[in-house]
Amino acid sequence: MAYSKKVLDKFEKTLSNSEGSGVGRWNPKEKDIGTGMVGAPACGDVMRLQIKCESQNNFHVIKDVKFKTYGCGSAIASSSELVDMLVGKTLEEAKEIKNKDIAEALELPAIKIHCSVLAEDSIRQAVKDYESKL
Amino acid sequence: MKLPIYFDYASTTPVDPRVIKKMHECLSMEGNFGNPASRSHVFGWKAEEAVETARSLVASLVNCDPREVVWTSGATESDNLAIKGAAKFYKERGNHIITSKIEHKAVLDTCRQLEREGFEVTYLDPDKTGIIQPHKVKDAITEKTILVSLMHVNNEIGVINDIEKIGNITRSKGIIFHVDAAQSTGKVAIDLKKLEVDLMSFSSHKTYGPKGIGALYASRKPRVRLEAQIHGGGHERGMRSGTLPTHQIVGMGEAFRISKEEMIDENIRIKKMRDRFWQELKNIEEVYLNGDTEQKVSGFLNVSFNFIEGESLMMALKDIAVSSGSACTSASLEPSYVLRALGMKDELAHSSIRFAVGRFTSDEEIEYTVNIVKTAVIQLRELSPLWDMYKDGVDLDSVEWVAH
Repeated sequence: MAYSKKVLDKFEKTLSNSEGSGVGRWNPKEKDIGTGMVGAPACGDVMRLQIKCESQNNFHVIKDVKFKTYGCGSAIASSSELVDMLVGKTLEEAKEIKNKDIAEALELPAIKIHCSVLAEDSIRQAVKDYESKL
Repeated sequence: MKLPIYFDYASTTPVDPRVIKKMHECLSMEGNFGNPASRSHVFGWKAEEAVETARSLVASLVNCDPREVVWTSGATESDNLAIKGAAKFYKERGNHIITSKIEHKAVLDTCRQLEREGFEVTYLDPDKTGIIQPHKVKDAITEKTILVSLMHVNNEIGVINDIEKIGNITRSKGIIFHVDAAQSTGKVAIDLKKLEVDLMSFSSHKTYGPKGIGALYASRKPRVRLEAQIHGGGHERGMRSGTLPTHQIVGMGEAFRISKEEMIDENIRIKKMRDRFWQELKNIEEVYLNGDTEQKVSGFLNVSFNFIEGESLMMALKDIAVSSGSACTSASLEPSYVLRALGMKDELAHSSIRFAVGRFTSDEEIEYTVNIVKTAVIQLRELSPLWDMYKDGVDLDSVEWVAH
């Protein structure tokens, strides 16, 4: 499979500098944490995305993001890409992120588009989880 | 030691330098370039002689009569010729074929095609070690069965079927027995004088010969008949027309000659490296060896690293050439049909890597790879939510996953 240089670089960076790439987890019970877990082991990919939010004026802003992903190289690269995309965004802005944005940022091959769909789903779920605690 | 390191000998092998030398001699004006079918001059006679010498060398490795060897373009063509050729020739006798779920696609897709043409096919399940039990073949035979096609050595896990016992069953019932031996030449001793096998497919490039050439053994006593699939000049006694590629054939002959001479020592050496490789890997938590541990050829090591997806592991092993049963390496998004037929859970099939050791593997390469694998497994588990859950004591089977 021919991956773009962006996927390869992202994957390698995530592997060699996992902490700096947002790999990790928080206690999902904390009030300021939203957790989204999507996918299934039998399908070959599971993403767990967590957002740490802060309320500023009338907005909720994502201050930090952590993830863990079981999956192919592009699933791991997509999750790592999400970290860069989400930090500093309001929840409303985060909801606007579409799988297309992730696929384009990483130049994913057509057969790997489902990885970016999974990434989009993980955002929705994490935001929903956070909002359910408000 | 040079990078990248090749651990994919089950996929193909480099051509042995001794083979290349022989092939070179059959190409140019100064060399043996003639058409083996040219009867009117010395160029043709010399080429024919080289082809017949190679035929004897191939026959010698598997102990058959050279006249029982038909040249083809490779094992895929041999499988097609054997299965379609026998099914169509014997169709008056019956329309039932027996094969297994873990055959190579060259056999499975050929059987599917015959199903579309009105044949009925039974696909046997292997046991959980990957072996087709002979009694299952016996039980599947009906009055309409004309052909059994099973592989000698499986290409993903390397397990060896007992073709001697299966041959006893088929021969006693007068059923044609075809064996795909693409993965077994040079790895398992084959004695066709003793085995009750009617048809056997061979590949050159899995045994340090060139790609694009193979052979089909077609028994003379008892005589097996085939309907030709490629028509033309009546080459190979009408069973497979087409000008014989002398250089390819000479290459396959030399490769099989070397295998016959060196296979015993070579397999001891390869097994030692493979076993050492596994001794190191098995110390890692939650790794599983796939396929039977004993009834297996020497170079194969198919391992599942639980909680890690195979393609990501291959990417992390970027200087190591291996293959994986992960769905992400194929276009189908389904994990290996071979591992699934063994009853393995999908996630373990997704997590599998096949390391295949071969003639040019060194101890140094094994040592280097073991260290790289250990590091990559730690890194990828650090990234894996499943590993977290396993460590937290969560039963992954009880989780309600949001499949997509």
